[in-house]
Amino acid sequence: MRVREKKEYVIFTFHTTAAAMATEKLCQERNIPGRLIPAPRSITADCGIAWAAPPEERERIEKEPGLPEIAGVYLREL
Amino acid sequence: MIYLDNAATSLRRPESVVRAVSGALCSLGNVGRGASESALSAARVVYAAREKLCAFFGGADPSRVCFTQNSTEALNIAIFGLLRPGDHVISTDLEHNSVLRPLYRLEKEGVETTFLRADTRGCIDYADLPRALRPNTRAIVCTHASNLTGNALDVSRIGAFAREHGLLFILDASQTAGSFAVDAQRDGISVLCFTGHKGMMGPQGTGGLVVAPGVDIRPLKTGGTGVQSYRREQPEEYPTRLESGTLNGHGIAGLSAAVDFLREITPAAIHAHETALMSAFYNKVSVLPGVTVYGDFAHERAPIVTLNIGDMDSGEAAEILSDEYGIAVRSGAHCAPRMHEALGTVAQGAVRFSFGWFNTMEEAETAADAVRDIAL
Repeated sequence: MRVREKKEYVIFTFHTTAAAMATEKLCQERNIPGRLIPAPRSITADCGIAWAAPPEERERIEKEPGLPEIAGVYLREL
Repeated sequence: MIYLDNAATSLRRPESVVRAVSGALCSLGNVGRGASESALSAARVVYAAREKLCAFFGGADPSRVCFTQNSTEALNIAIFGLLRPGDHVISTDLEHNSVLRPLYRLEKEGVETTFLRADTRGCIDYADLPRALRPNTRAIVCTHASNLTGNALDVSRIGAFAREHGLLFILDASQTAGSFAVDAQRDGISVLCFTGHKGMMGPQGTGGLVVAPGVDIRPLKTGGTGVQSYRREQPEEYPTRLESGTLNGHGIAGLSAAVDFLREITPAAIHAHETALMSAFYNKVSVLPGVTVYGDFAHERAPIVTLNIGDMDSGEAAEILSDEYGIAVRSGAHCAPRMHEALGTVAQGAVRFSFGWFNTMEEAETAADAVRDIAL
C-alpha cells in the first residue's frame, strides 16, 4: 500500500457543498492557501467535502468576513 | 418560421448558452458527490450560478438560491412548504395552474384562499388587497405578469403590503425573469420562483427559488444530498434543504451563461426591444374590425398580445397562422383557467402572440399582416 507523507492541516467542514464552494472562492480571492478534500473519515462519517489549509491560516480564515457557516474545525495530519 | 411563443419557451438561445451546455455535457461530474476534480468543477459551476442568480434577482445570500426543474417545481416547494391547514392565502385570477393547482389541493387540506378578481381587461383592483386580509392570512402568492394577457402586477406595491402586514410573499416570476427588474430584497419577496428557459433564455429543465433570510421552507422532496448522509432527516441548511438528488448541472451551466448574457445586454434593453415589437403588433391588430385584443395596454406589461378573430376557434386561428404563414403562436387555455373565465374566453380560447429578444420588427409586422389577412 502506498503511504503518503503526512503534514498537519486545519480542516474546515461544512453543512452543505455550497458552503464549501463559497469558502474555496473566498480563500482564492484573498490568496489564502488551501484546497478542497473529501471530508476525512476520522472527522466525520459524512461524505461531504472539506477545506484543508496550513494550520497557521486558521485564525485568518475564521476571521474572514463573508465566511459561510462552518460545521467544525479540526487539526489533522493528511 | 416566425416564432412568437416565447411565453412558452425561448426557441432561440444565445450561442454562449449552447456552448456552455455542450461543454458541461463533456466535462461536469456530479456536484457534491466526492472531491474528484470533475465533481469539484461541477460544484464550482453550480456555485457560480447561485452567486450570479442571487445578484441578478437581488437576493440576500447565494446559498439561498435553490435549483429546481422549472417554476412549477419551485412554486410547489414554496406553497406546500410554507402553508399549513388553518392558514389563509391571497392570490389572484391571473395565476397559472402552477400556482392554482397547489392552492386548490391545499384548500382540501384546510387552507383558506382568496383570489383577487380580475376584470374583463384582466386587471385586479388593488383596493381588494386589504379587504382580503383575515387574522389568519399568512401569505400572498401571485404572478409578476399574466401568461395569458401579459398584464403585470405591481410587485413593489404588493411586497410593501405584505411587509406591512407581516405576510409571506411568494412571487411567480415565470413571465418576467430576464426582462423585468426584479429585486427580491427591495420588493420584499420572501420566495421568488423563476424558470430558466423563457425570458432568461437558458435551457429547459432549469429554474429555482430565491429564498429570503428567515424563511424556512419545509422540503417537498428528501433524498441524497452528498452531505450529512447519516442523518435520517434532510439537512436543514440551504440550499441542500431543498435540493435532493443529482442537480441538472449541465442545464445550470447553460443558465449561468444565460445570466451573463442578460447582464451584458441588460434586462432594460431586452424589455425595451420586446415592448417595441409588442406595441407595433398591437397597434396594427387592435384597430382591425372583428379582432378582440385582451389585456391592459396602458401600463407596464410582459410582451404578450392575446386576441381572438371574430368567433373563430382559437385553435383554428393558430393552425392557419402556422400552416399558411409559418407563424408559431399558442392557442387554447394557456393553463390559466381563471384568467380565461375573467376575460370570457373559456369557450373560444384565445390566440397568444409572445415576443422575445431574438424576434425582429419585421417579424412582428409580418405577424400583424397575417392577422389582418385572416380577419378581413
